[in-house]
Amino acid sequence: MITYDAVTKIFGTGREAVTALDNVSFNIPDGEIVVFLGPSGCGKTTMLRLTNRLETITRGNILIGDLNIRDTDPVELRQRLGYVIQAIGLFPNKTIAENIATVPKLLGWDKQRISERIDELLEMTNLEPEMYRDRYPAELSGGQQQRVGVARGLAADPEILLMDEPFGAIDPINREQIQNEFLRLQAKLKKTIAFVSHDIHEAIKMGDRIALFYKGRLVQYDVPEVILTQPKNKFVADFVGADRALKVLGIMQVKDTINRKPKNIINGSDRTQDALKFLDEKGFRYGIVVERGKPIGSVTQKILKYEECLVRDVVEPYPLLLKERTSLRDVLSFMLMYDAVTFCVVDENGSFAGTVSYNDIQRVVRESYADEAESNGDEET
Amino acid sequence: MFLYWEHIWIVGLALLIASVIGVPLGIYITGHDQVATRVLNSATVLMTIPSIALFGLMLPILALFNMGLGKVPAVIALVLYSQLPIIRNTYTAIKNVPPELVDAAKGMGMDRWKLLREVEIPLAIPVIIAGLRTAAVMNIGIAAIAVYIGSGGLGVYIEQGIARVYPEMILSGAILVSLLAIIVDGLMALLERMATPAGIKLQRTLAR
Repeated sequence: MITYDAVTKIFGTGREAVTALDNVSFNIPDGEIVVFLGPSGCGKTTMLRLTNRLETITRGNILIGDLNIRDTDPVELRQRLGYVIQAIGLFPNKTIAENIATVPKLLGWDKQRISERIDELLEMTNLEPEMYRDRYPAELSGGQQQRVGVARGLAADPEILLMDEPFGAIDPINREQIQNEFLRLQAKLKKTIAFVSHDIHEAIKMGDRIALFYKGRLVQYDVPEVILTQPKNKFVADFVGADRALKVLGIMQVKDTINRKPKNIINGSDRTQDALKFLDEKGFRYGIVVERGKPIGSVTQKILKYEECLVRDVVEPYPLLLKERTSLRDVLSFMLMYDAVTFCVVDENGSFAGTVSYNDIQRVVRESYADEAESNGDEET
Repeated sequence: MFLYWEHIWIVGLALLIASVIGVPLGIYITGHDQVATRVLNSATVLMTIPSIALFGLMLPILALFNMGLGKVPAVIALVLYSQLPIIRNTYTAIKNVPPELVDAAKGMGMDRWKLLREVEIPLAIPVIIAGLRTAAVMNIGIAAIAVYIGSGGLGVYIEQGIARVYPEMILSGAILVSLLAIIVDGLMALLERMATPAGIKLQRTLAR
């Protein structure tokens, strides 16, 4: 855990003194990504640089576990903390392997161990070791260089990783891909990560929590959902953007709103008139047809009325089936695309797991905003 | 032929001493801005003193140690003249190492010395050698004038040619000096290329 305790940083002295950080306290729990978010000049990068003592703290304390970083040797401290920067900062005079080996070499690992570690890291970051080990940074694309930058940060297997806009220098498509790769990696590695970003989308995507900075103060520190749905003041609300309802949907998934026990289920082997009677009695306009645990489509009362056969022969198949991890933003988009208000959800085996309707989505959005309406009056300044 | 080697010897020795002083000084002042301005200004002032005047100035001082004439004052003068290109190039080259590389290196836990050895010097070396190259070529010319304080070298032909009003002799001396300058310049260019790290060369070719 990284603990920031009343951290203050003042640059310069006397009249020229600039307060970059003003009495900021929060902590980064083990194994989580905390995004330091805010506009430029808000103090987020300074906070990161204080952590590995590239800048010296003016007042307050930073603790890593129980260790106060004031009591450490800066050089040893930095070797313990992985560091990845925006400009990537690969050394152009060194090969990819030599770049990755930087910290292990400083720590005095033997050659064999370093070499094995390089291959492991290259594979981890989706770069073919044979192909890339002995290349120079200039020969790699921006995205590949960034992967090497991440590999270099992870080289000595640090518990903590400090990342300063690590994916800022690459094009949006590659960035998306590297972000996904990195999240997959993090799911395995469970590093404690301080991640500086100025991009709200990136923060929502990458952050387990977001620390929002403004003019040297910590404005709000919470999980992305809360930042989006309950912004503490006007600055936060503006910063997260007017489309924050859509952003909330971006982080919520089908499993957050799924209806696991819909009552309008019809068996594919039922006769149409029986099914019609069933729907009519319960007051449903249409039914979901399930056969052997798998959803095969839907039927409306209208269709059933004029048919005299088995339900499975008149069923209208679903254009697509959702997974529990599908984001609600995507679901909403599918609803618009296919002009449908309900979709079926299946598990990994393709078995029926429940349904999601437009009303369900609307309800979760409304619920997540409920608290904001109450607090709006006094917090807005 | 002896005069040729004598000339090379004076210039070579001066260059060696100059780089031993100039390169570390140039590196040192990158971390001390105020000192840097003073050092670079002093080196510039030194450079503006005409060589004949410098020899004249040093004469009474070195005469105290009984070394007013000969090779010693010549080498000292050349060392002084070399300081500007060597210090300035070293200083500029180290200062021009991209700040994000320095940041990355420090952030990963390199101390000052490692940063210098692993990152800054490899990236700066081509420009540092270019400074040595300028100094070498310049000194070959100035060394010819040092003949007036009895240093020897190729300047002897020129001096004697003037004394005897013998233009062919002056010309042959001048041509020999130029030839030496051209050869040394070529060799230093080669050294410059050899000292450039492979990754940097690639970067340059690919950037085109």
